[in-house]
Amino acid sequence: MSARATRATSFGALLLARTWRDPRSRVASVVLALVALAALLAPLLTPYDPAAQLDIVRLRSLAPSLAHPFGTDPYSRDVLTRVLFGARVSLSIAFAAVALSISFGILVGVVAGYVGGMVDVVLMRLVDAALAIPRLLLIIAVVALWGSLSVASLTVLIAGVGWFTVSRLVRAETLVVRDRDYVVAARALGTSPWRHVLPNVVGPGIVNATLAVGNVILLEAGLSYLGIGVRPPTASWGSIIQDGAERVSDLWWLTVFPGLAIVVTVFACNALGDALRDALDPRQLPLSASEDLVHRP
Amino acid sequence: MVTTLTFVLVHLAPGDPIAATLDRPGVTEAVRQQWRESFGLDRPLSEQYVRWVANAARGELGYSFSHHRPVRDVLADTLPRTMLLGGLALVLSFVLGVLVGVLQAERPGGARDRWLGRVLLLLYSVPDFWLALVALLVFAYRLPIFPAGGIVDPVMHDYLSVGGRIADRLSHLVLPVLTLTLLSAASIARYQRSALMEVLPSDWMRTALAKGLSARAAVRRHAVRNALLPTITLAGLWLPTLAAGAVFIEKVFSWPGMGLATVNAIGARDYPLVTAGVLAISVLVVAGALLADIAVAIVDPRVRLS
Repeated sequence: MSARATRATSFGALLLARTWRDPRSRVASVVLALVALAALLAPLLTPYDPAAQLDIVRLRSLAPSLAHPFGTDPYSRDVLTRVLFGARVSLSIAFAAVALSISFGILVGVVAGYVGGMVDVVLMRLVDAALAIPRLLLIIAVVALWGSLSVASLTVLIAGVGWFTVSRLVRAETLVVRDRDYVVAARALGTSPWRHVLPNVVGPGIVNATLAVGNVILLEAGLSYLGIGVRPPTASWGSIIQDGAERVSDLWWLTVFPGLAIVVTVFACNALGDALRDALDPRQLPLSASEDLVHRP
Repeated sequence: MVTTLTFVLVHLAPGDPIAATLDRPGVTEAVRQQWRESFGLDRPLSEQYVRWVANAARGELGYSFSHHRPVRDVLADTLPRTMLLGGLALVLSFVLGVLVGVLQAERPGGARDRWLGRVLLLLYSVPDFWLALVALLVFAYRLPIFPAGGIVDPVMHDYLSVGGRIADRLSHLVLPVLTLTLLSAASIARYQRSALMEVLPSDWMRTALAKGLSARAAVRRHAVRNALLPTITLAGLWLPTLAAGAVFIEKVFSWPGMGLATVNAIGARDYPLVTAGVLAISVLVVAGALLADIAVAIVDPRVRLS
C-alpha cells in the first residue's frame, strides 16, 4: 500500500494501479495465471493422452485414486488429463470469442455513435431485435440445426451473438466524446479524429470483456452439456461433464471436478471484472485522496 | 422481427425433417417427395413464410413432426409446466434477492456486505446445469430426500390419496425450483444492492438520517421503496434469463416443459416446434416487459399511463 500510485500519469496506468490495489484483483489474477499455466503445461503435468483409452477392461470408470486423482471415465480415459487439456479448449474458445466480439462491438458502437444518422438507427434497431431473443436460444437454434460445428466455428458463433451489449455501451460513450473540443479540434486540423475518439470510449468495453470471458466459459460449458458445443472426443470442461451426466449417481467425479474447474476460473474472471469496474467508476474518489480517506480495518 | 429472424435461421440450416425421420434405405425418393409435398416443404421459402405467419396469427402453429401431433397441443402441455417452474422461481428469487441486497446495503463495506458479496459472486459463477447436477447427486442419490426427476412419481402417483398426490408433486418441484431460484437470486441481489447504492447519497436519505433514524431504519423505510422501481423493471426483463436457465434445469431433472421440448425438437429437426418454442419465449419476453412497465406505472406516482 505504500507505493504512491499518484505517480501514474496515463489513464491506463492509473486504472491498472487502482485495480491492483484491490485485493480481489490480486487473488483473481494469481488464480487465472495458475489456470492458464496449467493449461499451457498440460502435457508436462500428466503422463497420459487426453483421448487415449488406457485399458477399457481394467481401468474403466474408476473412482479417484493416487494413480488417477480425478478418476477415469467409462472409456478408461484419465479425467485429470482431460480436465487439463479441456482447459486449453475452454479457455481458448473463451478468449478468442471475447476478443472477436469486443472488437466488433467497439467497431459497431463507434461507427454508430460517430457517424450517426441512418447508420446509427439501422445498427441500433438491429441490436435491439437481437437483444430481444435470449442469447442461448439463438445459439441453440443455430448450432443444433447446422449439425456438428468445429471449435473454430463455435467460437465465431459465440462471438457473433456476444457483441450487442458492448456496441450499445461504446455508442453511448462515443456520443459523449464526439463533440468534445479535442475531437472538434482534431477534425478542424484535418487529422483523423478516430485516434482521439477510440482510446476514450474503450473503457466500458474492457470491463465488459473481463466479465464476458467468464460468461463465455459458462456458455460453452452449457452448450457442450446439451451436446451441441464441443464434440467428443475433444475434451472441454463442459463435454467432460456431459460424458458423465447420465450417470451422475455413480460416476460423480466426472461432474464434480470439471465443474469445480469452471467455477474457480469464472469466479476469478468475475472478481477481476468487479474490481476493474469499481476502479473505473468515476464516483470513486481520486486515488491520492482516497489513500488518506479510506481506512480499511 | 423476432419471428422473421427465427424462421430464416431455422430454414437456412441444412437437412430437413423428412430426411431426419425417413432417412432409411427402404424409403424411396418418391415417398420422401410425397411427404414433402403434403407438409408444404417443397414450396418456395417465401410462400412457406407467409403461410406460417398467417397461421401463427390465428394460433395455428403447424404440426410437430417428432411428437406426431399439432404444435399447439405440445405447447399446451409443456408451456404450463415451464411457467409453473419459472413463475415460482421468479417470485422466490426476487424475494430472496431483494432481501439479500437490502441486508448488504444497510452497512456498505461492512463484514456482512463483503461476505454476502463474495457468496453472491460465487453463485453468479456457477454453471446452472452443474449446480442442478450436484443438487441431484447430493439430495436425490446420496441422501435420497427428493425424487431424481419428472413431475410426479411414474408408478405410485395414481395410487396415492389426494394429499399424497399433492405432496408427490411438491417434492418433485423442490430441487428444480431451488436451483433455478438460487442462481437467479444471486444476480438480482447484486442488482438490488447497486440500485440501493445509487439512492443512498440522495438528499432525502440525508434528511432521514438527520431526523434521527438509524441507518437500518432509513434504508428499510425510505431507500428500499425507491430502489425497488428499477428492480420491478428488471423482473419483467428477467424472463429470458429464466427461460434459458429453465432449458438446463428441465434437462437435468427431466422436467417435461417447453425448454426440454425445444432442445429435443432441435435434435429431431422438428422446425415447427422449434419455431413455436422460440416464438412462445419471445412473446413471454415482450409480455413481461409490458407487465413491468404497467407495474411501475401503478407503483410510481411520477409515472402516468396515458
